[in-house]
Amino acid sequence: MAATVSDAAAPAHQFPLPKILTNPASTPPTLITQGAEGRLYKTTYLRPDTACALKYRPPKPWRHPALDQRLTRHRILSEARILAKCRRDGLRVPSVYALDESAGWLMLEWIEGTPVRVNINNRLGNRTEGIEDDEQLKDLMRKIGTAVGKMHSIGIIHGDLTTSNMMLKPPSAGSQSDGAAGLEGEIVIIDLGLAGGGVHDEDRAVDLYVLERAFGSTHPRAECIFDEVLEAYKKSFKQAGVALKKLEEVRMRGRKRSMLG
Amino acid sequence: MPSKKSSWIALGCEGSANKLGIGLIRHTPTSATILSNLRHTFISPPGTGFLPKDTALHHRTEFVALARRAIAEAGISPADVDCICFTQGPGMGAPLTSVAIGARTLALLWDRPLVGVNHCVGHIEMGREVTGADNPVVLYVSGGNSQVIAYAEKRYRIFGETLDIAVGNCLDRFARVLNISNDPAPGYNIEQLAKKGKQLLELPYIVKGMDCSFSGILTSAEALAAQLLERGPDGAGFTVEDLCFSLQETIFAMLVEITERAMAHVGSSQVLIVGGVGCNERLQDMIASMAQERGGSVFAMDERFCIDNGIMIAHAGLLAYRTGFRTPLDESVCTQRFRTDDVYVEWRD
Repeated sequence: MAATVSDAAAPAHQFPLPKILTNPASTPPTLITQGAEGRLYKTTYLRPDTACALKYRPPKPWRHPALDQRLTRHRILSEARILAKCRRDGLRVPSVYALDESAGWLMLEWIEGTPVRVNINNRLGNRTEGIEDDEQLKDLMRKIGTAVGKMHSIGIIHGDLTTSNMMLKPPSAGSQSDGAAGLEGEIVIIDLGLAGGGVHDEDRAVDLYVLERAFGSTHPRAECIFDEVLEAYKKSFKQAGVALKKLEEVRMRGRKRSMLG
Repeated sequence: MPSKKSSWIALGCEGSANKLGIGLIRHTPTSATILSNLRHTFISPPGTGFLPKDTALHHRTEFVALARRAIAEAGISPADVDCICFTQGPGMGAPLTSVAIGARTLALLWDRPLVGVNHCVGHIEMGREVTGADNPVVLYVSGGNSQVIAYAEKRYRIFGETLDIAVGNCLDRFARVLNISNDPAPGYNIEQLAKKGKQLLELPYIVKGMDCSFSGILTSAEALAAQLLERGPDGAGFTVEDLCFSLQETIFAMLVEITERAMAHVGSSQVLIVGGVGCNERLQDMIASMAQERGGSVFAMDERFCIDNGIMIAHAGLLAYRTGFRTPLDESVCTQRFRTDDVYVEWRD
């Protein structure tokens, strides 16, 4: 969610702004990224010094309007409900400031830092060796595992776990020791637009499987330390072992799936 | 060792599903020329699918005649062929094996090396060649596969795929319930019916991250189809056309969504659509509209290359052959389950 997420690097406002951001009282917004679901703007909430993120899901012209409305409303409301539940149960996620589900936007707390994907890639650089002994990187893996475990323990399934959907919020400004490659800080899970409630081991296992696969395809060279995520996950809540057992089944199914027909 | 050779010819044999395809391609260091690309499709009667046994018999019966015609049309002699490429998987076991036997026979007869090719990689490489897309996100949708793929570090990595049945399988099976013709393809006929549909019926919409699921949608669509057959359009309140329309709108929206998510994730703005379902113009339009909004573009192909064919196997096989890859006879066994990301892509940077 930070300004460093500039893959899209879209020139500001090539898209029509959502109506809420055209209010003369609102701080001029910055388009941060054009994700799959919608656009993320940085603006402010109530006071000019309270930064906030505005997630806007514009209508998708290629989708049937009825289907589009149904999905957008459902996802905004569900994301807000889930974020509220996470905060209540002690998982660090952005807090909800405001929303309008029929206009398609959700206003959230601004999280400083960078997506974990960026931290990992910066850390990896061009290295091909010594990755499995990188204790700091492994420590980050463990933090990811713990955060995902916490989320599952409170009955939430993310639905789109990737290293782009977790932020690494650096410890409060000034105490950064390691520059850009700094791996310390707190994991904040974001983008719960596809999340849902779920306490079944199957759901948890599929969630982990999505993360495992996304991790492997995004950071192929760091795949060797992914086990650290699962190790930490295992220790994070009582039922974790069962979910991991199920993960083995899901993996098997994944390998065999749909090669016929 | 620098080789002086500057032209290669490969013969490709494809038969992982109900299409038998044989094609010949010529590569030079800078170009690829299609010499011939023939296909013979096994079409089952309405209401039925193609069974492995019958499909294998079809391939065995047609192989020799099709191979002769492909050679004749290319205007070359067997001595000009450098290698025999064949689909080693994934696909249906019996048809794959039938075609592999054909390929092995040619290899032994002409004393040429075999090159086993992953069917999915064949689609991707042919797509890149035909469209000129350099490094696209690939949406591979067919009767047996539904995957969103991007290239990274010598492999085609699968970002998302179906959690159960393939999207084409969903369409094919739906067509059977309504006795929609399999000629030329069930998906084509659904597409034509869908053009006349007006009403969007509510079907499940199942996307999990970059993966999606079609089996629940199929069940719902089948239940609605049963209602329709029982009560007729007036009693049910919708028509066959509405149902085809709703099914297409729902499953294609899911495909566009996972493709868009993969594009956002890898930061790419090009999409390439391959596989039989990629012929569907509604799907192509939806993807194009999405890509355009992201400031990118879509590369789609026509049915000569989207639908399974021999030329893509020849093309991908020849790329591998030129890097030194060979499949020894005793390792030329087919496999029904051959992951796209199992292939080491030596020929790309």
